[in-house]
Amino acid sequence: MIILGLSGLYHDSAAALIINGKIIAAAQEERFSRIKYDNKFPKHAIQFCLKNANVSLSQIDAVCFYDKPFIKFERIIESHIAIVPRGLLSFISSMPIWIKEKIFFKKLIKEKFRELGKIDWQKTKLLFSEHHLSHAASSYFVSNFSESAIIVLDGVGEWATTSIFHGVENNIEVKKEIHFPHSIGLLYSAFTYYLGFKVNSGEYKLMGLAPYGNIDSPETQLFIKKIKTDLVWIKSDGSYQLNMDYYKFVSGNRMCKEKKWERLFNLKKRFPDSKINQSHCNLAMAIQEVTKELIINLAREAKRITNSNSLCLAGGVALNCVVNGELERLEIFDNIFVQPASGDAGGALGAALVTDKIYFKLFSKITFSPYLGPEFSNEYIESTLKKLGANYEKSKDVTKLAAKEIYNQKVVGWFQGKSEFGPRALGNRSILGDPRSKTMQSKINLKIKFREDFRPFAPSVLKEYASSYFKIKKESPFMLFVYPLLDQLTGSRIIGDIDFQLKNKNCVYPSITHVDNSARVQTVDSNDNPSFYKLIHEFGNLSNCYMVVNTSFNVRGEPIVNSPFDAFRCFMETEMDVLVIGDYVLKKELQPKWTKRKKIELD
Amino acid sequence: MEFLRDFLDFMRSRKKYWLAPIVIFLIIIGFLFVFASSSAAGSLVYTLF
Repeated sequence: MIILGLSGLYHDSAAALIINGKIIAAAQEERFSRIKYDNKFPKHAIQFCLKNANVSLSQIDAVCFYDKPFIKFERIIESHIAIVPRGLLSFISSMPIWIKEKIFFKKLIKEKFRELGKIDWQKTKLLFSEHHLSHAASSYFVSNFSESAIIVLDGVGEWATTSIFHGVENNIEVKKEIHFPHSIGLLYSAFTYYLGFKVNSGEYKLMGLAPYGNIDSPETQLFIKKIKTDLVWIKSDGSYQLNMDYYKFVSGNRMCKEKKWERLFNLKKRFPDSKINQSHCNLAMAIQEVTKELIINLAREAKRITNSNSLCLAGGVALNCVVNGELERLEIFDNIFVQPASGDAGGALGAALVTDKIYFKLFSKITFSPYLGPEFSNEYIESTLKKLGANYEKSKDVTKLAAKEIYNQKVVGWFQGKSEFGPRALGNRSILGDPRSKTMQSKINLKIKFREDFRPFAPSVLKEYASSYFKIKKESPFMLFVYPLLDQLTGSRIIGDIDFQLKNKNCVYPSITHVDNSARVQTVDSNDNPSFYKLIHEFGNLSNCYMVVNTSFNVRGEPIVNSPFDAFRCFMETEMDVLVIGDYVLKKELQPKWTKRKKIELD
Repeated sequence: MEFLRDFLDFMRSRKKYWLAPIVIFLIIIGFLFVFASSSAAGSLVYTLF
């Protein structure tokens, strides 16, 4: 049975292919088109999946899209009718695209497939899964739990914004839903917007900014109180309600009513790239605290309803690894699983899994690895490097060489094997550095990734050494949980403004810890990624530190590199010192002159 | 035809028959605009609005 799952046309298009119960390939369209969060029909991702599996379009048994456009349309119409006459302009601006193509979505998909090749729709089923069911499936069916509570949290799908499901064997049953416009995702996005970051992509910056806030300050406490009394009402049964007097995402093209928010918080809306002050940090911390409370309440309710010992999380909000870490520490559930492509891209995989497990009722055990994207042979890499006129050396042991370079304080671009599915670089498309360095965070942020200095990096640590550094009890292979550094490796928390805190981190590993001495840990297992494991081990042998700084191989505003060409370009346009790509090693000082491209755009 | 069949199924299963006139109206308007942008019917559209 060959099943193709698709997501997209809102943001982050992707395709995933399952053959006879095995996940063969999955990729986001952005990696091929080089447009971050590309929302167009994922034609390149489909082509990659089919080529990777060596199957043709005509062999596909079912194509499943990750949401139901008619129900989404119903939601848009109904929510606008509910606020008439407000929202007229927003309604008029959103209708053309619906009337032109989205309402005729089946036709649109068939047309797009026609451009890719021959497909017989009499034989191939075209299916549509519900948005939150796709998310739930994308996590539960790859979790290896035979029974689990599932919580899906995102902006909005069709109607549901928050769902509690119960997964038992091949079935997923919805237990509770909260509907649009009440949404944790949209609440968080409203704060993302208000604090000057881009909605749908800047949410993780808001999460990164939060620890600079001071939880003990009266201002933060006041912000928390105001959020809970004026912006969102939290109920005892895990549900919540947004006070729509303060939001504009239904009736307009903005997330919130800025003037009302400015009066509420006595704080001006921050504009992109303007200076971040302590009040901004305190507000970020306040919304992070409220989000944590909302999600913990939901987790308790999910436990009450399902009485399960396991929890699967999915949806964009599940990428909030600070909350995930807190949930794990609370031990409401014995096991928590979060799939790395938790956002809409993962919906493609979910849609394929819904088709496989629920529609066709196929009973096969799914094994999951996040390394599902394109891979390039050494021959291909060498021919690309030759064409680019690069100076390179072939090495029999690139891991040893890369480890030595990291030990010598160099920043290394690491491009190996299949690319990762989802937003996290897990050791195949990564930029690596020494976590002991005091200057590494600043160097990688400002000279390589061209992004805000306040944003921290994550450590990749050998699984068996993780508890030597962090208060960690379980594996965290996908970098989706935050853990505190051990007390003996940290000093007391530094109080001061954002720059002061950043420059005076009081711990042994300043490059991989946030100012609150926490880190978004990836534990590396030798079976999951042998070459990355070996690299960290080699680095540990040199430094007695069995972890490295690991950040995604890209620059601000661009998707993670996909091909050897993308990697070389990124290497040449930044101050990265060394590039290791397959068996080839490139040093910056030996490379020919490279003309820089246009200015980096904001993400 | 497939669209109409799917849309009828959708209204039946969701019990949202009241959506039909809105959708029909929007589709007619949509077609008028597309048609108007490339034909002599433009004058009719301007008279209507």
